[in-house]
Amino acid sequence: MALLQISEPGQTPDPHQRRIAVGIDLGTTHSLVAAVRHGAAECLPDDEGRVLLPSVVRYLEGGRRQIGYAALAAGQAQDAENTIHSAKRFMGRALADIAQPEKQPYRFVDQPGMLALDTVHGQKSPVEISAEILATLRQRAEDTFDDDLYGAVITVPAYFDDAQRQATKDAAQLAGIHVLRLINEPTAAAIAYGLDNASEGVYAVFDLGGGTFDISILRLTQGVFEVISTGGDSALGGDDYDRALIDWVLAQTGASMATPEARAVLKAAARNTKEALSNSEAAFFQAASGAEKIDISVSRQDFEAATSELTARCMSVVQRALRDANLSTQDVQGVVMVGGSTRMPQVQRAVAELLGKPPLVNLNPDEVVALGAAIQANQLAGNDAAGDLLLLDVIPLSLGIETMGGLVERIVPRNQTIPVAMAQDFTTYKDGQTALALHVVQGERDLVQDCRSLARFELRGIPPMAAGAARIRVTFAVDADGLLSVTAQEQSSGVEAKIDVKPSYGLSDEQIATMLQESFTTADADIKARALAEARVDADRMLLATQSALDADGALLSPAERTSIDALMLSLRGIAANSRDAQAIEDATEALAQGTESFAAARMNQSIQQALSGKRVDTL
Amino acid sequence: MNLQSTDFELFGVPARFAQDAASLDARWKELQRQVHPDKFATQGAAAQRVAMQWSARINEAYRRLKDPLKRAAYLCELHGAPIDAESNTAMPAEFLMQQMELREQLDEADTAEDLLQIEQTSASLLQETLQRVERLADTEQDWGRAAQSVRGLMFLDKLSSDVARKRETLTA
Repeated sequence: MALLQISEPGQTPDPHQRRIAVGIDLGTTHSLVAAVRHGAAECLPDDEGRVLLPSVVRYLEGGRRQIGYAALAAGQAQDAENTIHSAKRFMGRALADIAQPEKQPYRFVDQPGMLALDTVHGQKSPVEISAEILATLRQRAEDTFDDDLYGAVITVPAYFDDAQRQATKDAAQLAGIHVLRLINEPTAAAIAYGLDNASEGVYAVFDLGGGTFDISILRLTQGVFEVISTGGDSALGGDDYDRALIDWVLAQTGASMATPEARAVLKAAARNTKEALSNSEAAFFQAASGAEKIDISVSRQDFEAATSELTARCMSVVQRALRDANLSTQDVQGVVMVGGSTRMPQVQRAVAELLGKPPLVNLNPDEVVALGAAIQANQLAGNDAAGDLLLLDVIPLSLGIETMGGLVERIVPRNQTIPVAMAQDFTTYKDGQTALALHVVQGERDLVQDCRSLARFELRGIPPMAAGAARIRVTFAVDADGLLSVTAQEQSSGVEAKIDVKPSYGLSDEQIATMLQESFTTADADIKARALAEARVDADRMLLATQSALDADGALLSPAERTSIDALMLSLRGIAANSRDAQAIEDATEALAQGTESFAAARMNQSIQQALSGKRVDTL
Repeated sequence: MNLQSTDFELFGVPARFAQDAASLDARWKELQRQVHPDKFATQGAAAQRVAMQWSARINEAYRRLKDPLKRAAYLCELHGAPIDAESNTAMPAEFLMQQMELREQLDEADTAEDLLQIEQTSASLLQETLQRVERLADTEQDWGRAAQSVRGLMFLDKLSSDVARKRETLTA
């Protein structure tokens, strides 16, 4: 909905109106929700006082499900197939992207775009599974504040590609959460850390979570968090350390432990041993499933040797990020450690050796991302009038299109500050060619087959010309969430085609609508009454905003535009007052929103131009 | 001021080659504080779209202004002397000879010292050319010759990125 209120940046239209805005860290192993309360960010606990929510969803017979600790406790060993861990690793991924799927206890369903998992509830997409976790956190926040959630900042690994980001946004939508912004996990950590310590200078954020590894190099100056470069591996994390330990143990003992249940037991045992080894020099690895039993002592040295290749992979990613930033290790003033896996001594030691200084570990590595997201959410929602935080983040992976011979023509190179729009001209290669197929890809490799395919679309209706005569401008625009849209326009005829990069990996709007209906069909009178009340509040807000916009800047409109807006307002007023149909009110509100969109854009333009010229007078 | 204003107008700096990197950086952040979509997060889709256009435009301007090669090319274009790197490849014979020699050295280089030497030669050539561009653009306003020098800069830029790539393969 296009709200028309234009206020000074960072100022709420009504100072007494506080919006409930939270930060959500949707993690591979566990998730958290945090909010700014009494001026400081804190993680919100569940009713048993626990802030972590294990990212585990168990589907049970009879349409029931367990989420979090309950799923973890009950489902781990006896119902591994229906107890989905680490769904984040499957977001926006096809089966072919998953390393060693046979080593996981799930029944994967291969399908174009994103894979699904077969459960007692039928096929579940990773988006639906993540939505269960997000909805649980939303509920926790609404219970805490006894109020509806206004919106959330949701964090994603910096190295997530477009498909993974889009899947995350879809999951939030499915959970009924208004996404204020997707921000990168290392950047969120830097906010929490930087604001706490009033730091200035170049910092590295080393984020090793359960399933992903990210490194970001940032420059902090007076409230501006400028990401200079970022790198990572979206399939490298604590889970891989567990697996390497399991492989080592199986090789030592000769045990097979191949059933799904046994795999789950091994996984739990590996996690226990790994955690114990962070505090002591040796620990026992104990697991039993059916007739098989493992009980072996593992020394820290054994564990470090078995996982040294993984640690080395992390370090080479750090070196590349520094090269991309044109910086050397000496330029880095501090390293912030994020993610539970950074508790492993070998990881801390490797970071200290590479960067020549001990890493900073004074904030809880599990919480720091959610805390930073909460600070940003609070400011985006307009609750923090004095806040002068500005995030200038980058896209992690280059974007391009396929050209002749399966080669990639890069249009937006990686590490560009977002939002970004870049264009390149292409031409036809045959006489009389009237259509051009475009294949959008993401990645650093030169061959299309080595990059991720994001979308395919066609520009049709090009007027027939000689080969090479048409000039087709392809524009890539990446918004502040890091999401891409692509337009192609033939310059002489103006023929245009546009795509929001969604179809091949994300879900269509219709799919989301169906899923929403399926998951929330508990529609009773209560929900209807609430929907009606909400629709009326929205309608009032829209009417009020439009009226004040007309009062302030009505002069920007032609008489015809004014008449049309007046008619839409009159209609909405009537429907909101008389109808009991929430949908009808929403439709009329939406009609007014659409009818005032160009007015809103014109006002916004005017306001920005005034702000910029105002600044200029000051500085001259 | 509008989206079609030049990069220099947007940043409120004189349209010349010589620029102060630190003040461009400060100005960039100051401008983003005014227009970034985050500043309008509560204001709906239309506001987000307009803010995104401005924010992307300012990032584009900053990308060009902070990079001496891009800034020089942009200045030449504004003054009616486009670089046309693809079609206009005529360079002085002496320059081309020198480039070919450096390329040969790069091909044959197989130690870090060899690379360092090429890098030093290329860095001093780059410095020289940048000074020439500054003189031609800011003092003599000879845009044709400035554009010619910018084409030279592009050769040197390509050379130094190839040296960097070779260094990576040597250390790998």
